[in-house]
Amino acid sequence: MKGYEVRFEPDLPRRQAVGRIWQGVALLAILMGIAVLLTLLVRVFLDGLPYLRPQLFTEFPSRFPDKAGLRSALQGSIWLMVLTALLSFPLGVGAGIYLEEFAPKNAITRFIEINIANLAGVPSIIYGLLGLGLFVRGLGLGRSLLAGVLTMTLVILPVIIVSTRESLRAVPASIREAALALGASRWEMVRDHVLVYSMGGILTGMILALSRAIGETAPLITIGALTYIAFDPRGPLDIFTVLPIQIFNWVSMPQEAFHRLAAAGIVILLAVLLSMNALAIWLRNRLQKRW
Amino acid sequence: MLSRNLRLSILFVAVLALLAACQPAPTASPTPQVFVTVVKEREVVEVTPTPGPVEGTILVDGSSTVAPITIAIAEEFQKLHPEVRVPVGISGTGGGFKKFCLGETDISNASRPIKKSEIEACAQNNLEYIELPVAFDGLAVMVNPANDFVTCLTVEELKKIWEPDAEGKVTSWAQVRAGFPDRPLSLYGPGVDSGTFDYFTEAIVGKAKASRGDFLASEDDNVLVQGIAGDPNALGYFGLAYYEENRDKLKLVAIDAGDGNCVLPTPETVANGTYNPLSRPLFIYVNRARTDQKDEIGLFLKFYLENAKKIVPDVGYIPLTDEIYSLALQRYEKRVVGSVFKGEAQIGATLEDLLKAEQ
Repeated sequence: MKGYEVRFEPDLPRRQAVGRIWQGVALLAILMGIAVLLTLLVRVFLDGLPYLRPQLFTEFPSRFPDKAGLRSALQGSIWLMVLTALLSFPLGVGAGIYLEEFAPKNAITRFIEINIANLAGVPSIIYGLLGLGLFVRGLGLGRSLLAGVLTMTLVILPVIIVSTRESLRAVPASIREAALALGASRWEMVRDHVLVYSMGGILTGMILALSRAIGETAPLITIGALTYIAFDPRGPLDIFTVLPIQIFNWVSMPQEAFHRLAAAGIVILLAVLLSMNALAIWLRNRLQKRW
Repeated sequence: MLSRNLRLSILFVAVLALLAACQPAPTASPTPQVFVTVVKEREVVEVTPTPGPVEGTILVDGSSTVAPITIAIAEEFQKLHPEVRVPVGISGTGGGFKKFCLGETDISNASRPIKKSEIEACAQNNLEYIELPVAFDGLAVMVNPANDFVTCLTVEELKKIWEPDAEGKVTSWAQVRAGFPDRPLSLYGPGVDSGTFDYFTEAIVGKAKASRGDFLASEDDNVLVQGIAGDPNALGYFGLAYYEENRDKLKLVAIDAGDGNCVLPTPETVANGTYNPLSRPLFIYVNRARTDQKDEIGLFLKFYLENAKKIVPDVGYIPLTDEIYSLALQRYEKRVVGSVFKGEAQIGATLEDLLKAEQ
């Protein structure tokens, strides 16, 4: 040990002042974010207010803004969300469980893990092109809802897998060891203990991923989702449109009234997104187990 | 424990059931874009005046400029024939032809005639098409309302401003015409993927897509409206429909084709061809084989050409004359395939030109 001197200088007023300045800067940062968001929300809401009425939900798009609604787009978005959830949940959570609990730690697993992490950052339009080649043309699904659902599932799968693994990892090793010590098989241990404890986190990740899916436009435009649809979708193999596409179409119209209609559409989309996030928070609080 | 197992297995079964339900039906046709659904009860009840079933789906895609017209027609058509579904996509004139020539769509909207490369693509797939003009559109050249020195520009001056060689060189209004003030020239125009950009460059510079690159480009015409309205030195161009909705924010510039006459774009000057060379015809292209298989396409096109005159002005475009619409209908009924433009771009095609081409 070399002898050196640590001198403590209790320059308290200066350090506290620096602390206060830092606190102010941090507060300013968050206030700016909130101010921008609020301005945006208030403007969109005020713009859309006159068109936030029942017809918005019951009418199909029209060239007359007063008669136009987003019935087909809303139905398309709901179909897309539900089917994507049903498809991506077992695939994503299954893959997450396998990688975290069962996969041998070897080069192949590591290769898969790295790729999944990278895929989570790939721009969604790339998935759109993949979907166009694979599902629309390759499997011959055409411009159907199912092709959209499969493409969207690909977009959000990496996110679900990563968040599932994070939630599983948060379960203490002692829980696993206790289950195994009592003679549970590996699957019994995962099913009855680990999965139960991590379900809150898994569902939160799932819902946040789905929120991303219903806001996406680019991959759906690429696979050929349509812009004008004036009928109810008949099933997973029917053609479709979604909320963001309808909003985009209205925004690009020359008439001011359509821009207001688009604002009303944005309010609806925001409401759907916020209620999904609220659901995620509620589920997490309800299912979260403490140890 | 049991209930948890039960819940998991219910979820599993539900997912399986869904996957099974999602399987493509074994009867799916090789062209899955076409979903013809037969509604049994109606078949019994309905006695339609036209022969053949009036149900099915007519898939339309293509130009965003023409889309509002086709959408408006589809809206009215579906009121009369609720069993025929007419969805419309917007993937641009070029993107639309790509799908059309692969047989993925029945009708393609186009803001310019079909190009040579696209004619070849269609020919490769043995796909015959019928070309039908549906409306006229004028391209408006605009400046900021605060601009008090520009009221009319010649095609020559526009070329001086927009040609590729002007990039970085023509940067002041004084360079456009002697007598204009020495103020910076800021330019606004549609993005390079739009048919409007193709047409403007072809008409003004003489070669499609030949343009200077240092201008503010946007695929969204509303962005261009905002840009020109907020910049006293601005000059820009886009479709007349967007000017009509923003008359108070923009100043329209008259165009002199070189004969000394300054002409403003109006429904009259665009329709009679005196607003030259920036008025253009808009088209739809119909898959010939598909129209022979599906009666509803014929029904839709007849409705389109018979009602376009009434509906086209609603969405900000200029209708053709009754005569041209009836000639177009004849062209369809005789199944005249191919393009009258033979893949050559045609600038300033007037109604008369079109009439001659139809005959």
